[in-house]
Amino acid sequence: MTDQPDTPTPPEAATPAARAFGHGLRDGLPFLLVLTPFALVFGVAAREAGLDVLQALAFSVAVVAGAAQFAALHLMLDEAPLAIILLTALAVNLRMAMYSAGLVPWLGQAPLWQRACVAYLTVDQTYACSVARFEKNPQWSTRTRILYFLGCATPVCPIWFVMTLVGAVIGSALPAWLALDFAMPICFLALIAPMLRSLPHLAAAATSILLSLGLAFLPYNTGVLVAALVAMAVGAQCEVWLKAHGPRRARAA
Amino acid sequence: MIPTWLIWTVIALLGVGTLLLRFSFLGLIGQRPLPDWALRHLRYTAVAVLPGLVAPLVLWPEATGGATDPARLLSALAVLGVGVLSRSTIGAMLAGAATLYAVLILLAVV
Repeated sequence: MTDQPDTPTPPEAATPAARAFGHGLRDGLPFLLVLTPFALVFGVAAREAGLDVLQALAFSVAVVAGAAQFAALHLMLDEAPLAIILLTALAVNLRMAMYSAGLVPWLGQAPLWQRACVAYLTVDQTYACSVARFEKNPQWSTRTRILYFLGCATPVCPIWFVMTLVGAVIGSALPAWLALDFAMPICFLALIAPMLRSLPHLAAAATSILLSLGLAFLPYNTGVLVAALVAMAVGAQCEVWLKAHGPRRARAA
Repeated sequence: MIPTWLIWTVIALLGVGTLLLRFSFLGLIGQRPLPDWALRHLRYTAVAVLPGLVAPLVLWPEATGGATDPARLLSALAVLGVGVLSRSTIGAMLAGAATLYAVLILLAVV
């Protein structure tokens, strides 16, 4: 992640803390375009799966992670055991631990309650957006960074709750020809496709697909979990291999 | 029908578990950096889990009783193609939805 441990926090510099919130807010607004349909579809899918409106909303407020929510919903419908549902959905969310580690150099000095708020609001969009901005503005104080992060989360997280609610309320009114069963695959693939431009990511994704299909006979969707663990190792090993052999090969060519 | 107790248990435990993952380093472990090997594996969680979860739904959708459906297959390929080329999540979603409906309508008319 970031290679700047223990960035000192100088007195308020170029960007006053008060403006950091608005700055984050503006940077977070474009994500509404992606999150609105994703959350709507989750609300609809939750109702189709038999959840009531309150359960659908509680799901989004408690978990705040679309991919994991869809995965859990799908496995519950498949009558997978509780342990498999939780393990698979938490595996989807393992990247949150990576985000948490990535934020430490920037926000580790903030008071515990502020770090707890940041933790709850850490999603793909707020993390990516904030760290990119922190790296560009290393002079920002911890307080400025926290305000920027909260600004960024302000449009992102509430829209997730509100649109889940809207989707859950209108859900049962939607006809079958809309083929909404395929909304989840489209959302998932759209999330990962932009990452498939490096060899290790491509290798991990291919491993995941092939093993998941090959192990589909295993009970309770455990094949997906096995496929995911092997795919992670393949991605990591491929990265190590590329670091050791990549430049040499490039020079030889 | 999913039992009510299961729904609430999943919501509660998944909520707590996810919050712990998000709070892990920021709140509990603090300044110690993650070892390289751990970061290296965590980097690939999204691409390791999501494709495997989706692949059977693309090839063997329940809506068609498990038979491979050209509309869903082409839609998935459109999402991947546009997503890889444009690096745009929203663009990939729109391409997938457009392809899905175009082929579904085409198949209904023919």
